[in-house]
Amino acid sequence: MDDKRNPLSFQLDVSDFLPAEESEKQSLVVMRESVNFWKDGFRRLKKNKVAMISLVVIILIMIFAFVLPSFYPYSYEQQIRGSENLGLLQYSEDELARRAAGEKVFPHFLGTDSLGRDTTIRIMMGSRISLLVGLIASAIILIIGSTYGAISGYFGGKIDMIMMRIVDIIYTIPDILIIILLSVTLKYPLKDLAANVKGFAWIDIVGVGLISIFIVFSLLYWVGMSRIVRGQILSLKEQDYVIAAKALGASSGRIIRKHLLTNTIGTLIVTTTLQIPSAIFTESFLSFIGLGVSAPMPSLGSMASQALNGIRSYPHRLMAPAIMISIIILSFNLLGDGLRDAFDPKLKD
Amino acid sequence: MGGYIIKRVASAIITIFAVATITFFLMFLVPGGPFLAEKAPTPQTIEALEKKYGLDQPVVVQYANYMKRLIFKLDLGTSLKKRGQEINDIIRVRFPVSARLGAISVCTAICLGIPLGSIAALNREKWLDRTIMAISTVGNAIPSFVVATVLMYVCGVVLRILPTFGLTSPAHYILPVISLSFYPTAYISRLTRTSMLDVLGQDYMRTAKAKGLSQFKSLFKHALRNAVLPVVTYLGPLLAFIMTGNFVVERIFTIPGLGSEFISSITDRDYPLIMGTTIFLATLLIILNVFVDIAYKIIDPRIKLK
Repeated sequence: MDDKRNPLSFQLDVSDFLPAEESEKQSLVVMRESVNFWKDGFRRLKKNKVAMISLVVIILIMIFAFVLPSFYPYSYEQQIRGSENLGLLQYSEDELARRAAGEKVFPHFLGTDSLGRDTTIRIMMGSRISLLVGLIASAIILIIGSTYGAISGYFGGKIDMIMMRIVDIIYTIPDILIIILLSVTLKYPLKDLAANVKGFAWIDIVGVGLISIFIVFSLLYWVGMSRIVRGQILSLKEQDYVIAAKALGASSGRIIRKHLLTNTIGTLIVTTTLQIPSAIFTESFLSFIGLGVSAPMPSLGSMASQALNGIRSYPHRLMAPAIMISIIILSFNLLGDGLRDAFDPKLKD
Repeated sequence: MGGYIIKRVASAIITIFAVATITFFLMFLVPGGPFLAEKAPTPQTIEALEKKYGLDQPVVVQYANYMKRLIFKLDLGTSLKKRGQEINDIIRVRFPVSARLGAISVCTAICLGIPLGSIAALNREKWLDRTIMAISTVGNAIPSFVVATVLMYVCGVVLRILPTFGLTSPAHYILPVISLSFYPTAYISRLTRTSMLDVLGQDYMRTAKAKGLSQFKSLFKHALRNAVLPVVTYLGPLLAFIMTGNFVVERIFTIPGLGSEFISSITDRDYPLIMGTTIFLATLLIILNVFVDIAYKIIDPRIKLK
């Protein structure tokens, strides 16, 4: 009957006014959850295969560097007599005799060095140092750089000009030379401090070289970060919510912390992640020229440097730390690129 | 333009001054002063030496003297371990070796990186692009000391095709130059590829094509000129990288340059030499950076000169 109705008729269709069925109601519900900043970013990150693989590699390296050493039967400074200069998976005569007697001897996967120290555990500890340096240094850079940049950008005017001139000058100081200089000269005062003042004994354990690296990072390396943060804050502070916050009587500190810096979080994450490999780079370079961690603590750079002398007979001693350091830097680089694409597409160059 | 140059030079002078000051005061952190060698000299000798070098005077006077010597005579002092050798003379002998090696490496990095990046951009998403980018991603992650040591092992020890000791013939340059230019080449090719892709999508490229310009001409006259601009900004960091790279590469390949001298002065704790070399290299780097910045402003007219 309905079919015959003129489609242009104004006569109401009664069926339109019947109560909706449950299935009809369901179809109108928006099924997608609201997507916030983090979920959106992580969704994009998960799609990026390269970044996910590097994340997995980084986690594996972290397990290798932080967890495995506690279960490993050898320790990094333990000198096993009679087991000097072993090759890959070799056993010393003493260990062979013990194996023949039915005893279980843990193999030296990567051999031992000239003092009979197991190379595998030393690689683990060296990776630990590299990762620690990368993480701590970038944390320092994050804190100083973002605070400085935010203050400079928020207050603007003369304050901004003076603060940015200082940044310009620090930017042109050749940082690597100052790092070398500091590592050389800080050695004695820091050692004095560790020996004479209570509560500073940890300096000896961490190593003067590492501490001077951290000092230099906190003195010089934050300028890049502060420039990026300042640029972002400059445009963000014109936003209406900042004016609203000001009108409500929020203090400058609160506006910077709660409104401005939280809105630059994507940039902060990406820039911090990309600082990690450059810090690791610097540490390995310093250890290579003999300024990094203090012996017997190994570092990938110093292991490669020591391996140079026996390069003809024991090439694996060079290759192992060389490959390790390259993998660490590569995976952090790739993860950083992935994070940039996911959280801060604007930063892409 | 003149204003910008003056501003840039003024800030460079301040920086050099700051570096020299930092260097001087850091020297004071070393206990016992510069004369504390392994064979401890008698107190009388130390006193005489201190008097001779003016070390018995107050810090401020010493600082003034040091700055005076540095600015008016360009005198960096005397080496501690190499008795009687002027640091200026050491630099005069050693630096040209490093500079030559560095210059060749910079040229190699630029001459390889820009074409590689352009080729990658022109073959976007094809296998050639993927290969070049894969190599450059890996190249971006390998420190120069790793490149140098691995090259030395493979080419010098296993294959025995290239010399790995000293710098006496052109063949000796091959391995050090590869080690030094590996990372910058990778970086430059990435940089060029990104900016080339950006340029290729611009309207003026379409115009060039529409008006019938040959591909060769549009590529070289329009695209490449604009695409290499970011590379010029990278020149500053590149110079710094080459300098640091020189330290390790010269040590690994036993090259008698300033870099290996610097490293051995660190091992020997030859403080005056460390300080002198630092000031020299820092000044050099800062001056080169001023030139790079000014060159960039001249090359790219889009940047407003303040």
